[in-house]
Amino acid sequence: MTDLSQPKPGLSIAAFATRRRGRKRLDWTDWLTYLYLVLGLLVMFTPVLWVAISSFKTPANLTEFPPTLLPYAAQTVVVEGHDEPLPLFDVVGEDGQTRQLAQLRRVGIQAQMIDPANPEERIVVPVGNATPVRQLYLATENYSNLLSSTGGQIWRYLFNSLFITVVATAITLVMNSMAAFALSKYRFRGSNVALVSILATLMIPATVVLVPTYMIVAQLGLVGNLWGVILPTVATPTGVFLLRQYMLTIPDELIEAARMDHASEWRIFWRIILPLSSPALAVVAIFSILSRWNDFLLPLVVLTRRESYTLQLALASFQTEYGVRYEVLLAMTTLTALPLAFAFIFLQRYITSGIASTGIK
Amino acid sequence: MANLTLQNVKKSFGAVEVIPGVDLEITDGEFVVFVGPSGCGKSTLLRLIAGLEDVTDGDIRIDNASVVDVPAADRGVAMVFQSYALYPHMTVRENLSFGLENIRMEKAEINRRVSDAARLLQIEQLLERRPRQLSGGQRQRVAIGRAITRDPKIFLFDEPLSNLDAELRVLMRVEITKLHERLGNTMIYVTHDQIEAMTMADKIVVLRKGVVEQVGAPLDLYNEPRNLFVAGFIGSPRMNFVAGKIAAADAGHVVFEAPDLPPLALPGGLAAPLTADGATLGIRPEDFVVSRDAGAGWPVTVGVAEQYGANSYLHCTLPGDVPILVHEAGQSLARRGDVLYLAPRENHWHLFGADGTAIARRQA
Repeated sequence: MTDLSQPKPGLSIAAFATRRRGRKRLDWTDWLTYLYLVLGLLVMFTPVLWVAISSFKTPANLTEFPPTLLPYAAQTVVVEGHDEPLPLFDVVGEDGQTRQLAQLRRVGIQAQMIDPANPEERIVVPVGNATPVRQLYLATENYSNLLSSTGGQIWRYLFNSLFITVVATAITLVMNSMAAFALSKYRFRGSNVALVSILATLMIPATVVLVPTYMIVAQLGLVGNLWGVILPTVATPTGVFLLRQYMLTIPDELIEAARMDHASEWRIFWRIILPLSSPALAVVAIFSILSRWNDFLLPLVVLTRRESYTLQLALASFQTEYGVRYEVLLAMTTLTALPLAFAFIFLQRYITSGIASTGIK
Repeated sequence: MANLTLQNVKKSFGAVEVIPGVDLEITDGEFVVFVGPSGCGKSTLLRLIAGLEDVTDGDIRIDNASVVDVPAADRGVAMVFQSYALYPHMTVRENLSFGLENIRMEKAEINRRVSDAARLLQIEQLLERRPRQLSGGQRQRVAIGRAITRDPKIFLFDEPLSNLDAELRVLMRVEITKLHERLGNTMIYVTHDQIEAMTMADKIVVLRKGVVEQVGAPLDLYNEPRNLFVAGFIGSPRMNFVAGKIAAADAGHVVFEAPDLPPLALPGGLAAPLTADGATLGIRPEDFVVSRDAGAGWPVTVGVAEQYGANSYLHCTLPGDVPILVHEAGQSLARRGDVLYLAPRENHWHLFGADGTAIARRQA
């Protein structure tokens, strides 16, 4: 028997990327397709790239207008007799020659400069004749500052975010798949009512139930506790529905065979149903990881103590305490987005196959 | 010993009555085939015995103990499903041992049973593969192997050969028969293919719309069908039927009349003398005496002559466009358009009354 699921040997990434409809030349539909895809790539990817690049810019570079594409920093030089490093400028002299001078201070449209080679002599130069010497510079201190300025708290936030994401996703998968198993494979009175009422909760926006959720969490004494964020949303209607639709495609005969094989219902679920629904589980896992990692509203309400902050809450707190420190904010945004990017890269083949097989977006 | 008794077993799905009441007795070691057209309830009956469906009414007893309230796993039966129902994510070995692990059998015993079953079915070299790496016939063996490892009292087969190609089907038919001889267990086999039923069964149960039409050994059913349905269903190619009436009948002399046809004397006699207005005469294709002499029976015109080499089948028509299929051993000389004269062989004909039940012949 041939296995159709294995990739054909001739199909490489290059062949895939250059696939087209026209045989020799590009068909007009090829143009249209690639144009659309490139547009999509730009719209989706430019902001991400912009954040990543900007996170390596110095504060001065960030506030510049017009903005530069790549991170630049003004070159500085340490001159004897001055504690601070002085910025270097290319100055066009009256004789038309260009010299590199260090700027001491700027007064109006004049700037006081010195020659680094001859620090005693002060030169007054019109600002218009001087252009700052700049070079490509990756401001990695944004990242090191981030780690040091929060005083190790960042690791605490990271742990909180990871804990919530991992634990909540695990519980979500178990809860949703158990509900989906019951709704797809058992015939019982009221199964349709149960399914419809689960789906009906999709119509209620999360913000509407935020206050009741908070009150329940408060009654349980979980305010400021990570479990207060994990528990309220472990059962998701989309997850139940998606898994149920997938489990409907698993033949009943398998379950009957397992039942005749002395398997308990729990064992059927654990050994037969779960392994066979792994594509759908992967999709639910990805959705869960995404929403948990990026979740802001519920943590904001429930996690009131600083030790229990998630990364997203910490990010938000950068904007209020000492004004907006964009360079740190951007560095942290980049760091925060990285795990999701990795999760996507590793799980994306499950996403496509899973979404294709469940027929749900 | 594993006797199986069905007592007035009924099954309804909602308002639809699938099995209106079946009584059946199966003795230990028998190979029983349930046969019938699709939708006749044969699979449902099997699932009731397996415990995968609950009976609506009636009793099922294995070894004289009622199993109606016993879960499927504890009835001591094993089932081979039509789709095989192998666990796709497990290797063949795991498929075979899954049921034994569930009852916490010792590792050594599991290994012994799995290797025994694998040797019996010649799938030893496939043990580490997954089902999708196997061919249809190999999957079939694994499915049977899974049933064997459980060492059941009764094997249940639900149309196990329907997914195989014709050649493989013949092979597996022989293998399952051999397996039955070697194991000696009771086996119940469901099929819609009457050839499988004829060749494999010790006992055939013919079902129609959930009703048992006839139970018996294959040749008994073939030679003495109880009614029109069984007569038409068992045997391939099927029996010829001509509607007419019994004009005269006494102990040694029967005359059958059909419209547009000369009266036909049936050699042999009925158990009781009777005449009936609405009757059907049934004669199997191989039970004709073919003659080219006028007056030796019913005249038929040959339409198509199929030459199989060892056998010939002549598709003929009686006057009045009644189709008749005639079998001739060897290679026939008949051509399209030839007129032949047919008469039944002695005691190789069947008469059915107006209600479709067979009219008993005098025993020769």
